[in-house]
Amino acid sequence: MSQSLDQATVEHVARLARLRLGGDQLEMFRRQLSSILSYMEQLNEPDTADVPPTAHPLPLSNVFREDEIRASWEPQEAMRNAPSHQDDFFKVPKVLDQEAP
Amino acid sequence: MESSGTLAQTAQAIRSGEYSSEEVVRHSLDRIGAFQDRFHAFISWNTERAIAAARAVDAARARRAELGPLAGVPIALKDNMCTTFGATTCGSRMLESYQSPYAAHVVERLEGAGAIIVGKTNLDEFAMGSSTENSAFFATLNPWDRERVAGGSSGGSACAVACGLVPGALGSDTGGSIRLPASFCGVVGFKPTYGRVSRYGLVAFGSSLDQIGPITRDARDAALLMGIMAGHDERDSTSVNQPVPDYLAAIEKPLKGLRVGVGEEYFGAGLDDDVRQAVEAAIRVLESQGAVRVPIHTPHLKYAVACYYIIATAEASSNLARFDGVHYGRRTARPRDIVDLYESSRGEGFGAEVARRIMLGTYALSSGYYDAYYLKALKVRTLIKRDFDAAFERADVIVSPVAPTTAFRLGEKAADPLAMYLADIYTVSANLAGICAVSIPGGVDSRGLPVGVQLMGPALGESTVLAAAHQFQKITDHHERRPLVESVV
Repeated sequence: MSQSLDQATVEHVARLARLRLGGDQLEMFRRQLSSILSYMEQLNEPDTADVPPTAHPLPLSNVFREDEIRASWEPQEAMRNAPSHQDDFFKVPKVLDQEAP
Repeated sequence: MESSGTLAQTAQAIRSGEYSSEEVVRHSLDRIGAFQDRFHAFISWNTERAIAAARAVDAARARRAELGPLAGVPIALKDNMCTTFGATTCGSRMLESYQSPYAAHVVERLEGAGAIIVGKTNLDEFAMGSSTENSAFFATLNPWDRERVAGGSSGGSACAVACGLVPGALGSDTGGSIRLPASFCGVVGFKPTYGRVSRYGLVAFGSSLDQIGPITRDARDAALLMGIMAGHDERDSTSVNQPVPDYLAAIEKPLKGLRVGVGEEYFGAGLDDDVRQAVEAAIRVLESQGAVRVPIHTPHLKYAVACYYIIATAEASSNLARFDGVHYGRRTARPRDIVDLYESSRGEGFGAEVARRIMLGTYALSSGYYDAYYLKALKVRTLIKRDFDAAFERADVIVSPVAPTTAFRLGEKAADPLAMYLADIYTVSANLAGICAVSIPGGVDSRGLPVGVQLMGPALGESTVLAAAHQFQKITDHHERRPLVESVV
């Protein structure tokens, strides 16, 4: 584990997380995350070679139900909180650089 | 009108006709309004809807219709539980005007029991924090000292119950968010076993850790609410499908022979003397009731905070990916393109602590670090769970502090996220292991601030833990002590 993060790593993680951060915020996070990750180093102390991971506290496997049709929201209900929509579609800026032919 | 009644007393007063539900609900709403500027316990309240619902209960009573166990009783919800009325903000700019198209399972259960939801309480943004200072709107102040925090993240709910604005409220607990504010505000906060109460309609933070629970005046009210809220719900695939015991009957069981586990790991460096003494005193009270003290050993407790903050932030980074500025929530004003829409909407919508946790979780899950951080934390989680499995072979409940200190000062830990995380040192392990735990008032420290005592039980050990808490409260009066809030209105 490396505990001191550099600026480029923090920028990379912000890009992965799709978070726009200001320059001073990037530096603050670099410092704080480095310190938090140093604290996390202690997780290396216990021997976990033969220890299985616990992703979940309950011994549940997949929970299935019958594949039956049930009532759901009307499209306008699902659209109610959308920042922008047109008819039954969520509206976003164009995704491609060029207009489709 | 009394402002210090319990849920059970309030329900009885309405049932007997001592007060109408409308009187009780108006009294609650008046107090919420009067206290708001002083303590900031609430984000929103719903006068019209609440009074209409109260009148419906009064009308039902007048025609001798059957009334639910909480008929006409005002109650508050932490504002990360979805309601079809008002907004569900999660204390975030991201969801400031979000109006949920559906109601949480607990809302259906409470309203089904006749309770009247009067408002929604303040929280650390997306329940991420230990002080309620991370709310995008305002910090909730401690009812015992307005220069101190209420604890978090369910600080609004704990403050509201302590101030007598409502007789009970719901919180959510991912790493201590019910128990810590209950401890700091001098009320009872119960985190049920993972999966005991459906998470349907609870805005997700750490999905393998989150659990909804009650914040009340006494343990009996916690048992009352658990009886109403617990049970299987197929809309939450992690909901436990086991019968729900009669908790109100179960808590009457005497403590004779109860094995109380005490582990030195819970009394380590950094623990306030006043807190240590209060917990020791509580153990002696339980012993005086016939409980037997047994030593337990939980050697991996010291890794709990590190383990928790890897797992919780990893799950949070994944859960909060849904806030993309497209389907609901905040969208930036003039996005250049779709990536800018995502990045700017999220950058503007999330506060610093939420952004920090998303960053930490994204890093822990990213290529090259997944094994070293996330997978390693999941393995240490197994060790912590095994510690509890072994401890509960020897003990029926484990007694510990809730937090190393009483309520800290506003701003004291705001600039040092790690110091804030360490406030959770005694609470996070219960979430990692999925077990149940309650915080009950155990007296006050030298400054007059409440000290919380934690009782933990095994998975589905609700009856045992709540019985221990209730029997303790039968012969002590710490839970009846109230802050002198009337003088500040």
